Amino acid sequence: MPDLKQRGLEVYNWFEARLGLGAPLIEVAEHEVPSNTASWWYVFGSAATVIFVLQIMTGILLALVYAPTASNAWNSLQFLDHNVRLGWFLRAMHGWGSDFMVAIVLIHMVQVFLFGAYKFPRELTWIIGVFLLLLTLGMAFTGQVLRFDQDAYWGLGIGASILSRVPLIGGPLVGLMLGGPIIAGNTLSRFFALHVFVIPGTLIAMVGMHVWMVLRLGINDYPMPGRLVKKSTYQQEYHELEKKTGIPFVPDAAWKDAAFAAAIMLAVIGCALWFGPFGPSGQPDPTIIQTAPKPDYFFLWLYAVLAYLPPSLETPVLFIMPVIGIAALILLPLLSGEGEKHVSRRPAAVLIVTVLAVSLGIFTHLGTYTPWSPIMNAWTSDPIPVSYLHNRTPLEREGALVLQNKQCRNCHSIGGEGGLRGPALDAVAGHMTEDQIIRQVLQGGGNMPAYGNALNPSETTALVKFLTTLRGNELQPAIDASRHVVSASANAPQPTDSQQTKETR
Amino acid sequence: MTPSEQLPPPDQTSTEPQPDSVKDPSIAAGHSRRVFLFKLALAVNGVVGFVLAIPIIGYLLGPALKKTAADNSWINLGPLSDFPEGETRLVNYRNPITTEWDGQTGDIPCWVRRVSGETFQVFAINCAHLGCPVRWFAQSKLFLCPCHGGAYYADGARASGPPERGLFEYTHKISSGALLISAGRMPTLANEAKNVTPLIQIETRIEGSPAARLSATDQPQPRCSSCQT
Repeated sequence: MPDLKQRGLEVYNWFEARLGLGAPLIEVAEHEVPSNTASWWYVFGSAATVIFVLQIMTGILLALVYAPTASNAWNSLQFLDHNVRLGWFLRAMHGWGSDFMVAIVLIHMVQVFLFGAYKFPRELTWIIGVFLLLLTLGMAFTGQVLRFDQDAYWGLGIGASILSRVPLIGGPLVGLMLGGPIIAGNTLSRFFALHVFVIPGTLIAMVGMHVWMVLRLGINDYPMPGRLVKKSTYQQEYHELEKKTGIPFVPDAAWKDAAFAAAIMLAVIGCALWFGPFGPSGQPDPTIIQTAPKPDYFFLWLYAVLAYLPPSLETPVLFIMPVIGIAALILLPLLSGEGEKHVSRRPAAVLIVTVLAVSLGIFTHLGTYTPWSPIMNAWTSDPIPVSYLHNRTPLEREGALVLQNKQCRNCHSIGGEGGLRGPALDAVAGHMTEDQIIRQVLQGGGNMPAYGNALNPSETTALVKFLTTLRGNELQPAIDASRHVVSASANAPQPTDSQQTKETR
Repeated sequence: MTPSEQLPPPDQTSTEPQPDSVKDPSIAAGHSRRVFLFKLALAVNGVVGFVLAIPIIGYLLGPALKKTAADNSWINLGPLSDFPEGETRLVNYRNPITTEWDGQTGDIPCWVRRVSGETFQVFAINCAHLGCPVRWFAQSKLFLCPCHGGAYYADGARASGPPERGLFEYTHKISSGALLISAGRMPTLANEAKNVTPLIQIETRIEGSPAARLSATDQPQPRCSSCQT
């Protein structure tokens, strides 16, 4: 046994004498870090790196089978799912790995922000981290395109439509993105090149710089309220802290990183086994238009924002907001590189994170059920509740048929079924008079199309008669308040006149 | 490290700062010449890089610099008898510019509306908002978009929702009893938007005086102040 150990050491020394990497690596691993940095809050960066390695490995394995051509990509995914042993599992790992990577990169960023770790001397580490986030999102989007299904095809259409709004150079940008006049083979090829060569290469280089700077500048010391960062004294204080409380990074601090990385990997494996791979949904055939395209989870918020922006604001917001957002992230450490790090003394930081998290969360949640989208088959699949047809005249029942047949249900729900684009109609007569309903149906307005051309007079009459019976739990029907005033003034004109003159005085 | 190995000792670099005193003075004398040659070589590399960059950038920007007109050509959508008057139908065509490996993505659908006689309108499938496929509902005479709920009237005019304008229309003509459209490039706001005023669409293809045009535009769109927001 000692003989074998001696042999092993000799082999190591043979390599080490030539390569010379072992000693510096061990030195790096064992370098002392302030003991307060051995925190469970400081595990997200290493976890993101571990998942990135997982993505590279599963990505290479998938590339062994995937056919990056528009005519075959979808088929090769089906082949991976059904004909290649464990192909489905690798697809699932890569897909879930991507979701976990985006999530952990975001959590890492929030943690770094709230711990003030971006402050002097780690400004550049943060700035490179901003680019790492953008590249990670770029990987997520291009990866979704490589799953070349209906969502990917129309997602590319959305991307091209957004680019086409760029002033002056929109057209050339669309051509550059699509690689040709339409979404086709060239488009997939260039997204393949981006996803497999360009972005991962840049990511590896930038992750290298990011980690190098963490090693060079030291892990951010755990913030203490009142301990301010000053450019003149920080380095000295940090070195003193390192000397006083230093523990070797491996293993004293790194065991938490290792444990968390293992937990995350188990979570990815668990999700992959339990939920399976993402899609692919229908074939990327643009002639199949019975589809409701939707982006992957981490872009749902954007999809929701695009639904709610007023048309005139859309182009400015699309191109000005990202520039402001990215510029703010890059400038943050340069403008606020000193001062308080602890979160309890930085209410603005907490407020910013809270507002962003709540808004992104709400938009993402809305994106999961898209209340702004018409439900295309509601008019043929959702019946009108029987109670709404009880004790109705034949004309009113005819109106219910018109309501169904003219696809009103695609946007309006009745009895909890139907689209959510327009208001529910269960109590429409409780807040709109017959005249108002007629006007709204014929002329539209307030985001409703005008139906004047799609309804003949008898259909309109029947429809409106039916709608006037919808008063929820037998609410009072809406009445025209002006009628009341007019009739009152017709009966007794004198008192109202004197009242008015009093008021004007 | 075993001492028997004939490898440079790791501390060799520390002896390097004082080599000049030992070196032949002629080596130092040639220094400025070598610096000049190095700079010259760098300059040559710069020229080579510039020469290389021209074809590379040209290759990269190739698809961006192409004009729409170069991609578009006349496509036969079929005989007029395929399109009943007053109906709007989905028609698929093969894009004029495709490769073998484009597969199904080279097949493009469009909506053909035969208003009457030889009056046609051919709409792109792509919503003017973000390019999703719009669907025609004959009963309510609306095109609806599944993505963000854009709605258009039968003549392609914007009805409601996030689109800023009406549906994109292909230029069409009738030749020997068949309907032809000029297509080839995915319609987007960048290549189709210029000739249309957002939110207000008036048919420009109808011949005659402005008054005749106005009277000929079928189905005037009722508008209200709140429609436009």
